[in-house]
Amino acid sequence: MRVEAGAVLLELDDLKTHFKTERGLVRAVDGVTLKLRRGESLGVVGESGSGKTVLSRSIMGLLPSTAVRHGSVRFAGQEIQGMSSKQMRHLWGAEMSMVFQNPLNSLNPLMKIGKQIVEPLKLHLGMDKDNARATAVQLLRDVRIPEAERRLNQYPHELSGGMRQRVMIAIALACGPTLLFADEPTTALDVTVQAQILDLINEQRRDRDMSVILVTHDLGVVAGHTDQIAVMYGGKLVEYAPTKILFADMKMPYTKSLMRSIPKMADPSHSRLATIPGRPPDLVNPPKGCNFAPRCAYAQDRCHVEEPPLTEAKDAGHVFACWYPVGSPEFERKDAELQEQGIMPADSAAVS
Amino acid sequence: MAGTGKAHLRDGDRVLSIEDLVVEFKVGHGNTVKAVSGISFDVLRGETLGIVGESGCGKSTTGRAIMQIPKPTSGSIVFEGRDLTTLSHKDVREARTKVQMIFQDPVSSLNPRRSVRDSVLEPLVIWKRGTAEEQSALVDEILESVGIDPKRAAESRPHQFSGGQCQRISVARALALDPTLIICDEPVSALDVSVQAQVLNLLEDLKEKYGLTLVFIAHDLAVVKNISDRVAVMYLGKLCEVASSDDLYARPAHPYTNVLLDSIPEPDPNADHTVGRIIGEPPSPVAPPAGCRFHPRCPNADDLCAREEPQLRSMGAGHFVACHHPVETPVALSAD
Repeated sequence: MRVEAGAVLLELDDLKTHFKTERGLVRAVDGVTLKLRRGESLGVVGESGSGKTVLSRSIMGLLPSTAVRHGSVRFAGQEIQGMSSKQMRHLWGAEMSMVFQNPLNSLNPLMKIGKQIVEPLKLHLGMDKDNARATAVQLLRDVRIPEAERRLNQYPHELSGGMRQRVMIAIALACGPTLLFADEPTTALDVTVQAQILDLINEQRRDRDMSVILVTHDLGVVAGHTDQIAVMYGGKLVEYAPTKILFADMKMPYTKSLMRSIPKMADPSHSRLATIPGRPPDLVNPPKGCNFAPRCAYAQDRCHVEEPPLTEAKDAGHVFACWYPVGSPEFERKDAELQEQGIMPADSAAVS
Repeated sequence: MAGTGKAHLRDGDRVLSIEDLVVEFKVGHGNTVKAVSGISFDVLRGETLGIVGESGCGKSTTGRAIMQIPKPTSGSIVFEGRDLTTLSHKDVREARTKVQMIFQDPVSSLNPRRSVRDSVLEPLVIWKRGTAEEQSALVDEILESVGIDPKRAAESRPHQFSGGQCQRISVARALALDPTLIICDEPVSALDVSVQAQVLNLLEDLKEKYGLTLVFIAHDLAVVKNISDRVAVMYLGKLCEVASSDDLYARPAHPYTNVLLDSIPEPDPNADHTVGRIIGEPPSPVAPPAGCRFHPRCPNADDLCAREEPQLRSMGAGHFVACHHPVETPVALSAD
């Protein structure tokens, strides 16, 4: 079931993940459809509570027992939604693996680094001890850890944050997965180290023809390191496009507002930032119509009544869910009004 | 990365003036963490000074040293004409009413068992400011000015508010005693970008309204540029570069500042995302390198850098750098 580079590796069709709670059903992921080809990298962007983390865990089948899933997840042509943990074990590590945000919490503090890398090699690939150890050293070299052999005998607390994240990546790569999830992999790291880790993930993706799903809240992180971007809001996909097209031609007012709220290096100091008032929707009682309408400065009557479907933009592969997208007469009229009132700052020169 | 120089200190109406600040912590086995190693800077009235650097550079320690938590190992911290390091415990407590602090995690910096209105009111009660009615009116006014409904604040505890709202409440508490200076330690790094923008705009508005002076500590250079008038870049307990916000970003002179700026992931897919990478991570502050502390990671380093610590010197136009080989910038140096 190996998929050739460039062929479709992952296909989600109307994937829903809901959680049963005392308050009612939390619609954490509410109907996501997308395709990912082998070797491509996809950025999943959203604020806290947008469902971005649940989406990736849902694909991997790493969910608590209160979760209810609907829809389809096809991986390498095989339906994996509904598989038991026992069946999924054959895919975890070997076909798909995950790098988490906090490397100190995800490594076993009582086990030497070497043992943690060797374990999946023995389990999934049936390697003998010497072979596995040699592979582990090579993996640590691949992720640019100096003095790889000495590191095998160290414990996680003896390494810096950046080094621990490299070890996590080495473990995730150990069995040669075709799909790597990186969930906020650099949020806990310093900016100079973040740049190194993102480069490393990208380089390994190219070398191994691996697909990467990079989950982050930071539009800056996905801009330089992904082919496609999926913007999530309130459990739904609200905009999806090839990275360059998305940044050149944002359609969804939410994406645009998010972009405008980021302080840009090119802007002079004390530039007024755009804000998004209110807070993310309650996923137990989502608003009627468009999820974003209550916070949207451009919402019209229709937005509060009717939910907008995903619509195709002029560029291939670009879809968005909005009745009055950026560029429509309704949006532009309102935007000019808001800019005049000083509520919405003008776009900076650096961003088209 | 000397920072031992003082060429960048100014005359004028200085609210805060720090000279040769050293903060060290004993960590057992006879080791000492040299968190801050002799830095000097000043803040003028109404100014926002940004302090940037990576974890472990001493930026938070510097902020806390101003509050005397803990008292610095040596150096002077002159606030409104008085050296806080020489004051008695009682006088320091009193001085702290004029120097307030806002922290990174807004939820854990509020008492979970009290209504948030009580948390904002408490400083006024402790310092017996006015009658109960006056205190109550003031609290309502401050809560309104940070965009929190006073009625809801009286009925609710911190967990009933979002992170952004809790940060607004922390700001309100800091404002209660009518401070001169607020030290903001990573106040927006735990918030979503849309909320971060709200809090940054709020700080700008309040600064105007209450005539505040701010020290804004953060690791995010874009955020610091947005809010600051002047920026100080720190590395491993030393100052690298001090300049006006716009000038620092237009012509960064220190190799470390350049590396930091190049590492920022810009939300622009056409930007070159591979320039200016450095290898490795900051060394331990227990045994910082000799000479310039940045030299082991610096692309421009030579023997001199390993041997001798550079002093802060002027690059013109209020721009100062501590480097033997500052990056050449095309902008002509003005006479200074």
